[in-house]
Amino acid sequence: MATETLIWLIPLPPVLAFFLIVLFANKNKALSHTLGVGAAGLSWLASMVVFVRALSVEHLGEHPFHASVNWLPTGETWFKIGVLIDPLGAATLFFVAWTIFMIFLYSVGYHNFGQPKGDHDRPGLPPHGATVTDAHGHKHTIPSVEPMYSRFFAFLGLFAFGMYTLVVSDNLLTLFVGWEIMGLCSYLLIGFWYGKPSARNAAIKAFMTTRVGDVFMLLGIVFLYSVTGTLSFREIFTNEELMHALGTTATPVLGLSAAGLIGLLLFIGTVGKSAQWPLHVWLPDAMEGPTPVSAMIHAATMVSAGVYAVIRMFPLLSLDPATMSIVAFIGAFTALFAATIAVAQNDIKRVLAYSTISQLGYMIAALGIGAYVAAAFHLITHAFFKALLFLGSGSVIHGMEHGVLHTGNHHVDPQDMFNMGGLRKKMPITFWTFLIGGFALAGFPVVTAGFWSKDEILADAFAHGHLAVFITLAVAAFLTAFYTMRQITLTFLGEPRTEEAKHAQETPWTMTVPLIVLSVFAVTYGWVGIPEHFPLLGGLVPNWFHEFVGSTLAEHPEAVPFSPVPLLTSLGVALGGLLLGWLVYRNVKSPAEDKLQLPVLKNKWYFDEAYDFLFVKPAYWIAETLVYKWMDKGVLDGILHFIAHITGVIGAAIRNYIDLRVINETIGDGTANTVKWMGFNLRPVQTGRIQQYMLASFVVLIVVGAVLYYFLVMA
Amino acid sequence: MDFLNTNLLSLILFSPVAAALIIFFLPKDELKLIRWTALISSLVPFVLSLVLWFRFDPNKTGFQFEEQYIWYKAIGSSLHLGVDGLSLTMVLLTTLLTPLAILASFTISEKVKAYMMLFLFLETGMLGVFLALDLLIFFVFWEIGLVPMYFLINQWGSANRNYASLKFMIYTMGGSLGLLLATQMLGVAFGTYDLTRLFDLWPSAQALTNIPPWLTISTIKTIAFWAFVIAFAVKVPLWPFHTWLPDAHTEAPTAGSMILAGVLLKLGAYGFLRLVLPLYPEQAKYFAGALAFLATAAIVFGAFGSYGQTDFKRLVAYSSVNHMGFVVLGIAAAAAASGTTDAHIALNGAILQMFNHGLSAAGMFFLVGVIYERTHTRNLNDFGGLFPLVPVYGGILIFTSMASLGLPGLNGFVSEFLVVRGAWPILTTYTAISMLGLLFTGAYILKGIKQVLHGPLNEHWAHGEHKLTEINTREIIVMAPLMALILVIGVWPAWILDVINRAVVALF
Repeated sequence: MATETLIWLIPLPPVLAFFLIVLFANKNKALSHTLGVGAAGLSWLASMVVFVRALSVEHLGEHPFHASVNWLPTGETWFKIGVLIDPLGAATLFFVAWTIFMIFLYSVGYHNFGQPKGDHDRPGLPPHGATVTDAHGHKHTIPSVEPMYSRFFAFLGLFAFGMYTLVVSDNLLTLFVGWEIMGLCSYLLIGFWYGKPSARNAAIKAFMTTRVGDVFMLLGIVFLYSVTGTLSFREIFTNEELMHALGTTATPVLGLSAAGLIGLLLFIGTVGKSAQWPLHVWLPDAMEGPTPVSAMIHAATMVSAGVYAVIRMFPLLSLDPATMSIVAFIGAFTALFAATIAVAQNDIKRVLAYSTISQLGYMIAALGIGAYVAAAFHLITHAFFKALLFLGSGSVIHGMEHGVLHTGNHHVDPQDMFNMGGLRKKMPITFWTFLIGGFALAGFPVVTAGFWSKDEILADAFAHGHLAVFITLAVAAFLTAFYTMRQITLTFLGEPRTEEAKHAQETPWTMTVPLIVLSVFAVTYGWVGIPEHFPLLGGLVPNWFHEFVGSTLAEHPEAVPFSPVPLLTSLGVALGGLLLGWLVYRNVKSPAEDKLQLPVLKNKWYFDEAYDFLFVKPAYWIAETLVYKWMDKGVLDGILHFIAHITGVIGAAIRNYIDLRVINETIGDGTANTVKWMGFNLRPVQTGRIQQYMLASFVVLIVVGAVLYYFLVMA
Repeated sequence: MDFLNTNLLSLILFSPVAAALIIFFLPKDELKLIRWTALISSLVPFVLSLVLWFRFDPNKTGFQFEEQYIWYKAIGSSLHLGVDGLSLTMVLLTTLLTPLAILASFTISEKVKAYMMLFLFLETGMLGVFLALDLLIFFVFWEIGLVPMYFLINQWGSANRNYASLKFMIYTMGGSLGLLLATQMLGVAFGTYDLTRLFDLWPSAQALTNIPPWLTISTIKTIAFWAFVIAFAVKVPLWPFHTWLPDAHTEAPTAGSMILAGVLLKLGAYGFLRLVLPLYPEQAKYFAGALAFLATAAIVFGAFGSYGQTDFKRLVAYSSVNHMGFVVLGIAAAAAASGTTDAHIALNGAILQMFNHGLSAAGMFFLVGVIYERTHTRNLNDFGGLFPLVPVYGGILIFTSMASLGLPGLNGFVSEFLVVRGAWPILTTYTAISMLGLLFTGAYILKGIKQVLHGPLNEHWAHGEHKLTEINTREIIVMAPLMALILVIGVWPAWILDVINRAVVALF
């Protein structure tokens, strides 16, 4: 099969699975997950074939796989959509295919497939557990299967379709289509347990916050389309004249060039999607969704898609230094800001959520300073190790829930790290894989992928003299290592702090296999991007990633020269942070002993409260009171009713004063009355006496005669 | 076959009247017979429109399937019918929605005979507007459509129906007064009402006989322009002429709301496209900014108005103001820069948006009707967590809501994108402001879903006599064609957009 045809087909299996499950298979759980996992497997297979073929193409950057068809007629021309796999696309496709497939598989175990139905589970709420009686007549509470199991796989399928569409798109419009479909799935899956008000509200918050970014992005898209006449990446980026014009045309906004303003508008979309400050508030709440969702959508794929979009549009953004500075600032600030909050969170998933925001900030900052390849590299390594961490946390929660069902004490929060401790013995696979993921996140030197990608960003920032960014990111990296070790220590090390933690259990193979696969990538993927001049290791394996992904750009970016400063910095902050985290938290038993539970950090710098006061409440007021009550009901309907009233008054006046008085009384009745009056008054004339009539005739005769005489004779 | 070709439009136009006459002679207690006769006979114009669609040649410019009959010779008006790509899409929308609306009305049990007859008369009224190529005939059908709708709201509506129907009737008629006067003026000035001739004569007219010396031709044109605009602005409706809409839509019976939102609003937008832009190109260009202002106000205030509702049906009603604003924004952009590619893209978007809104708004009103019939309440606060009780209904509601929200992959996105793309270079500021409306489109759609489907289950609807029942087969059949089209247009819009695009390039 031609590679282009295969690329067209990649997104289709999951969306077919979605429709099949929704329309036909939703009553059958096994069939549903077979369809879902099977579709993800097919897409994975096609992606791997495409990836391998892409590797074998020389100069893929100049001659990518590309095909397009007419989609929208626009006056005399057509708007085309198509597929494109260039080096960046191929590298992205690789990690997307792996993480999606692994997460599909993991979901089977996570949603307790094969377990009995719950005693009083109902759709829209997490399963509460089922009571079974064993051979000895003992009653046990065991986990029960998710009531909306089929629906979950349908949604995942639709989501996978959106992500694959985004990756294989050759243009910004279909990228946006995939982007928004993922947004919908994110909404549906965060609100998967929609019966919980917290999940429902989190879903809406996620959708609306990202939509703020999306409407700006839409403007960026139409702006770009208006000035270039196309949205195809290659048509724009390979047209030097056009790029030059974009970079030099001034706009009235902030002194930016057209390229800069378009880039900024598109970037705001990313700020929403990748949960960057100031639109970061939705991501932590999104943890209300089932954990596979957090891993896939809110760590590995959808939020990464935001960064991917900026990487895609990098040639455009890099035309305007002002836009690049904004990007770098937002990224670096977010990286540090989110890391400070992560330090004080006790919910195992929320720590990871803030960590995701922080790491995405890293990538954004890298792009802002022009470190194209480093950003892409960190995007991919992060996708692997963060998906791993989320799945690991899901496994932990699952194990803890087992303990909760065992003790029957439902007041114990299975996600609170202070209820855990010592899980390394109960859940060894989860522990070791989580440890690998955590060390990768912290940037543990040499063996983990996270070290190589993070180090490259720091090296790039240092080499190009972006000292402020370098220092900010270094501090953030220190905090990252610190909260990661805090998490590992509180969760897995020491002794169990609750009865539930003592009864936690390792999870089934469908959950642990994805952990193992992802942990392999969390280590090895770093080796494809070892800088050439790195002491000892450099040059042992070629810096494939830099060569491959860098060739996407028209001008192949130079690898930065080696410098010991960033290397020592990243060694120092990673090891120092890990060590400090362990030292501080190895003896902490309860939140009260945790010195870092500062109110300002616990409350996330009060952004939720501030936004509620500044935006949410005013929006309600504007909608309900200002627009509906005052403007529509008050003023506009008021005018209408006033006109109706005035019309009524005029009508009544016409009736009372003209119709009744003038026409009826004066003219109508008046005429009749006059006639009547005259008749009445003339009655005496008609007496019936012949003498009077004779007299009258005689008088008339004389008068007529006199008149005739006057006219005929005298004249 | 020849007969069909030469009389296709009049067959489409008058077959609903014929059907109404047949129903007139049916016994009034045979409800089933009346319903099925109405449904089956309403499929006749639909099938004929499909024939029309496939026989229509999009490559030709100008009107096709023209027919002309003597109507009022003395004043130069004739029954002149014809279609181009613009009217063809609207005819298809009308004949598609009417059978669905009739099927949706099978639960009506009072005065069924009169109801069905009025519905069929309404269809002829609407089709007449789309098919007319004579200004006077246009006006006649424009007004004819009001009468059945007035009675539908007034007789089969809910609690506040008298107020709503009167407001609807008076407002629309009041708005049309200027249109009537301007129409007459054109007829007197040129001795004909034939649009194909007026398109040539009127825009280029430099002088008129019989006008007072203190009136210049441009003043007259400006006045006539606004007379036309106000008539259509009330119907669309544009801010600030929109307040009849929430009342009429909310009080109308379900099928009435479907047709009101689905087709009647399009009459206004169609008036802009068929009459205002071709007859008043200069005035339209001059006042494009004012139109864009009103359109943007409709988009933004419509979205806020919708978000501020606690009545589900009113929420959907306000969403029409929001969506139709995009149609007029596209029209305003085209008025400001007619002949450019940007204008063509904007108009493609506007016309497709008319069709798309017809599908999604009709679907939304129907779904509100489905739940209202079961619960007898429209108050959003009375629902809550109904998804587990009605999973199929919930899925359909989310799907249709997403179409309304403009989710990419569904139809609304394509048209909104085209409008925004076309309007951006021409009306940059207004387009940017309208994004606020787009943002709040999301807010009110999600509010609807949140209050009805999500959250803790309201136990009132879970047990006993109030137990909520799932959407039934008949209701799914009403929704299925709408949903299919929503998806198809979202994924592959070219089949319909190509027809629209060719008409737009030829006309504007």
